[in-house]
Amino acid sequence: MDQLLAAKEIVVSCGSGGVGKTTMAAAAATMGAVHHGGRVLVVTVDPARRLADALGLSGLGNKETRVPPEAFADAGLTPRGELWAAMLDTRQSWDALVRRHAPDLRTAEQILGNPLYQNLASRFVHSHGYIAMERLYEIHSEGTYDLIVVDTPPSRNALDFLDAPERMAEFFSSRLLRWLTVPYRSRLATMASRPFYQVADRVLGSQFLQDVAEFFLLFQTMHDGFVARAEAVTRLLRDKRTTFLVVSTLEEAPMREAEAFVDALSDRGFHLGAVVLNKVLPAYLRAPAPAGAARRLASGAEELGRRVSRDGEDPAQVARVLGEVAESFLNFALVACREAEQEAELAVRPQVVATVPFFDTDIYDLAGLAKLGERMWR
Amino acid sequence: MVALLERRLLFVTGKGGVGKTTVAAALALLAAERGRRTLLCEADPKADLAAFLETGPLSFAEREVAPGLWAMAVDTEASLREYLHLNLRIPLVGRIGPLAKAFDFVATAAPGVREILTVGKLCYEVREARWDLVVVDASATGHIVAQLGAPQAINRLLQVGLVRQQTGWMLDILSNPACTGLCIVSTPEEMPVTETLELAARVAGQTSVELAAVVVNRVLPELFGRGEEEVFEGLDSSERVAALGEAVGGDVGPVLSAARLAVTMRRTSAGHLQRLRAGIPPGVPMLYVPYLFSRSHGLRSTRQVAAALSAELGY
Repeated sequence: MDQLLAAKEIVVSCGSGGVGKTTMAAAAATMGAVHHGGRVLVVTVDPARRLADALGLSGLGNKETRVPPEAFADAGLTPRGELWAAMLDTRQSWDALVRRHAPDLRTAEQILGNPLYQNLASRFVHSHGYIAMERLYEIHSEGTYDLIVVDTPPSRNALDFLDAPERMAEFFSSRLLRWLTVPYRSRLATMASRPFYQVADRVLGSQFLQDVAEFFLLFQTMHDGFVARAEAVTRLLRDKRTTFLVVSTLEEAPMREAEAFVDALSDRGFHLGAVVLNKVLPAYLRAPAPAGAARRLASGAEELGRRVSRDGEDPAQVARVLGEVAESFLNFALVACREAEQEAELAVRPQVVATVPFFDTDIYDLAGLAKLGERMWR
Repeated sequence: MVALLERRLLFVTGKGGVGKTTVAAALALLAAERGRRTLLCEADPKADLAAFLETGPLSFAEREVAPGLWAMAVDTEASLREYLHLNLRIPLVGRIGPLAKAFDFVATAAPGVREILTVGKLCYEVREARWDLVVVDASATGHIVAQLGAPQAINRLLQVGLVRQQTGWMLDILSNPACTGLCIVSTPEEMPVTETLELAARVAGQTSVELAAVVVNRVLPELFGRGEEEVFEGLDSSERVAALGEAVGGDVGPVLSAARLAVTMRRTSAGHLQRLRAGIPPGVPMLYVPYLFSRSHGLRSTRQVAAALSAELGY
């Protein structure tokens, strides 16, 4: 892991929702700044309030802000470099993209003011994924940072963002787009599209279809810029300097997604840096000896309660506590065994697997992130 | 407030990973067991409802998967096909392929077009009254407002046309609290609680659907009763650990550590639970499902969740 953070310029943290990939991205960036120095940036998508506070993010959109050195001092850390943080504001990033690629200011304003665009920007399939990667490209090409760690947005399909740049290029080159943007009158004359428009007119109303056509016509002016850009983004993701962290917990569904991720990365020729297994229960829960002790504790609780209770303690209550403690151990042991099985089934080279233990409190400050980062390293 | 399973249409949502699909399947199983003719719809392309019922892949045509319980998967293209067939009576079967593709394209940019097909199909099932209850494994928290608010979005966007004319009866169904309700699934963790509270506010502000219940999944058990925690603390001395170890013939240190971990986990989650309880409008029932220390996720755990929900609903 240390080697990874020292050698790569871009680390993309991915995984299904709720596994802690945002926290992991922040921890990796913190460690990058602490260990290796230079300027390190973490781009998060939707951090928990307290994590955002810890990184000094006040929710002011795309602006990059430096985590104050005092915050590191307060956490007892002396970083060799600087840690910067930014949040991904999808809307703002889209607007910037349109302004960059529109042929002139007037077209840009027309697109930005179109109600369909406003929907597109917030909900276009892959839009979150695409815009995150696009933003990453933008920041990287400015050359301000030595290491950029980027969190990926939640999406219906966790793999969306990998294909997003290509899909975006396809979208702009597609026949359907050309078809929709043929002037309305001549469109009715085109044999191929007639059935579609006849039905669509009845169902959606022709005014709406005109709106759609007008919008796509405007949008098409950005075609060349968009396609070139999307290709550049794909190249960057495939670059040797870019690596991916796949984060998962050892639960069934996130593990399934993590495996799909690992496959998808290798199919596309992306670099898998590490699989980080998060919130792993302590190893003693899987050991046979404590389990045996717990079982004997459970079955002999009543007798043991009498034997170890002190003056002033109710032996029956002590027995109940011992019984509860033993049962609780056995319950968690079952979960730990199930998780160990999941881990064993993970089909990747063991060298790339890092496990992070379950922390009994939530992580919400730099000290916590550093602790998490250190554990990731071992 | 109308009892949860007495409604006709129940949307189940939640942040990814909290157990939304398990709860949807469990509610449907429970309703069917209680004699309600129930349809369970998968409307989240990411979900794998079939796995939670241990049945084969679901399709647009419903299939009986348990006594009194039918299941189906809503898909946009099939919905469009059915819609066009019912409303325009055009024999489009052969030509729908490219048409659906083009439609998909338009629907990508237009708010609510895709969602209205899903919601339309669900409302249609309610209107046709073939079921006592329709349970929907709906989109996750990020997309549910778009799904539930589709009729309003369509009304804003379309001035004329067949679709616009039909949003009226859908809204009647969705905004009738005796008929339709939303159930948000959460867990006692930071982000799921935050998302649940944000969603509850957005649903109230942007849709006409009533919040019918919040299901809190994976609630850790309270380990100790009154006075027992002190007893537990008292056990943690080297002399007593040694005595216990000798008695059971093994080190009990890890066993006590595990209990301490369980107590801290419970305490952390109790804080999140409190925040959730404080932020949910009074009167909205909260149903607690205990953490299942089980082997796997399948029909067995779906049934366990159903049993827990049954107890919470007072059945």
